[in-house]
Amino acid sequence: MTRWGLGRGGGFFLVLVALPLFGLQHWVVNLLVFVLMYATMSSAWNLVGGFAGYPSLGHAAFFGIGAYTMALMFHGDVLGSGYEPFIMLPVIALVAAAIGVPIALVSMRTRADVFAIVTITFLFMVQTLAFNLRSLTGGSQGISLPIPPFDAATFERPFYYVLVLLLAVAMLLTFGALHSKVGLALVAVRADEDKARGVGVRVTGVKVLAFSVSVGLTAMVGAVWSYYESFIYPQFAVDPLITIAVVLMTFLGGRATLWGPVLGAFILEAGQQTLAYRLGGSQFYLIAYALVFLVIMLVLPRGILPTLEDRLRMRRRAREVDGAQTPAVELLASDEDKVALPHGGRP
Amino acid sequence: MSTILELDGVIAGYGAGDILKGVDLSVEAGTITCLIGPNGAGKSTVLKTVSGLLRPRKGTVTFDGHAIGRLSPKARLLLGIVHVPQERSLFPAMSVWDNLLMGGYLIKDSKVLRDRLDEAVASFPICRARAGEHAGSLSGGEQKQVELARTLVLDPRLILLDEPSIGLDPKSRQLVFESIRALSSSGRTILLVEQNARSGLAASDFAAVMESGRVQLTSTGASLLENPEVARLYLGAGTAGHATVLAPSTDSPGPSARTPGEEPR
Repeated sequence: MTRWGLGRGGGFFLVLVALPLFGLQHWVVNLLVFVLMYATMSSAWNLVGGFAGYPSLGHAAFFGIGAYTMALMFHGDVLGSGYEPFIMLPVIALVAAAIGVPIALVSMRTRADVFAIVTITFLFMVQTLAFNLRSLTGGSQGISLPIPPFDAATFERPFYYVLVLLLAVAMLLTFGALHSKVGLALVAVRADEDKARGVGVRVTGVKVLAFSVSVGLTAMVGAVWSYYESFIYPQFAVDPLITIAVVLMTFLGGRATLWGPVLGAFILEAGQQTLAYRLGGSQFYLIAYALVFLVIMLVLPRGILPTLEDRLRMRRRAREVDGAQTPAVELLASDEDKVALPHGGRP
Repeated sequence: MSTILELDGVIAGYGAGDILKGVDLSVEAGTITCLIGPNGAGKSTVLKTVSGLLRPRKGTVTFDGHAIGRLSPKARLLLGIVHVPQERSLFPAMSVWDNLLMGGYLIKDSKVLRDRLDEAVASFPICRARAGEHAGSLSGGEQKQVELARTLVLDPRLILLDEPSIGLDPKSRQLVFESIRALSSSGRTILLVEQNARSGLAASDFAAVMESGRVQLTSTGASLLENPEVARLYLGAGTAGHATVLAPSTDSPGPSARTPGEEPR
């Protein structure tokens, strides 16, 4: 990690840790809780959808699995109230990851659009189960969790800090994916799965690993959410809109980048929550989502960060070439037109 | 000079048909040997039989004294046999550097990997100059150089190149052949298949002409370039007739083929 990268990461988390101490209003901290939830889930989704190129639309199912696992742990007297539920989060992640393994083994035999359809089918299966397994989930009546016994003045803080920790874990895993052999293998799988297998990548293994880790993280966020909300319904716990938001945030910020999903979550979730407050309980913000989708496809097909990186790289290259007084026409030449020069076309 | 690769009476093919109908060929260590011949003669199939993508039905393939005909492609890779296929094998959406790293994916020792990467970059400076760019944004010739650099990461002893100049303009082609010569001068053995017979023969120490699944003629690259029959059939000189069985050359100290007409074992 470069010093600049370390400084950026450290500074970001320092600001996150310090923010609630500045006496922010409840609605602002509440908004930040949701931003952190989505930032963590987007970073988690990025491991599968961004790095491995498998656009899962079923992640909301694991958010729901996490939420209901937390609720069931309370109802089975496995958990006490207070901070104890947070300590159980890794167990919930393991449960979700274990469920994720067979799902990944089956669904990841398909690719691209078919994979998206298979995973969204799984989401609706889980939603249907949540509606119908009344003895477990309470069906459409929902299921309650104990009200967290935290001080009303700083009620959100425990959730906030747990989510900061989860985001840090998700970003560390993403950092690992960017700088490790597993990450390289995932990128190769996205680029060309058959070629990746050809150079020795254990394709199925890395895909299943990425999926399990990703859904484990997502389930932990779902569990924190259910404790925060204290009452969960199937239509909100297993909500396709969660998946869509997470995908959108990752695409907006930039797939397979460290900061892209986080940036996307900060822009979209903050925007959505603000719009929701202003427009009441209406679903008008969905129109804003559609507009963002259009803007991404038209202006930033690769997301904010990759587009900015490309522009910076082009500018740097243009400066270098200008310095060497190379005709501008060469810069504009398309790949086919490029004249091959010794040492990679660089004068 | 010692023989590093020897094919003896190799019969191989796909499905029910045979493409190679008794190939005999020997390749000297540290040299460049070029296979030329018309489409369908079995040139690429020879490379696949050596790299293990295809197993011979009959005959033996010997590498450095070991019979390798039954070994898996991975086992042959570990012996130092690397196959660079005809089609572009880079990951176009990955950076040049990541493509190099993928070449060394199976190398577990990070120090070994680092040393190999250093060697590859020293031989092909384009890998450092364009390290962060998508491999797909490079020109065809540049991509081929990165492919050659990637083979170096595996520290190969025998490099099998299938039509390295396909789809390249003359300048890029020249650059690729210069790179191949540089690889050879570092002591590696190269067996290449080339449709562009003139460039292939000019760059090679030895050459073999294949036709109808057999090696019909072997000689040095230079002498085949001057052979009027080869020129007529494969170099576009004079009026090209239909492919006929060529008279064997006797001046070759390099790859050797049995006299045409002799039945394969």
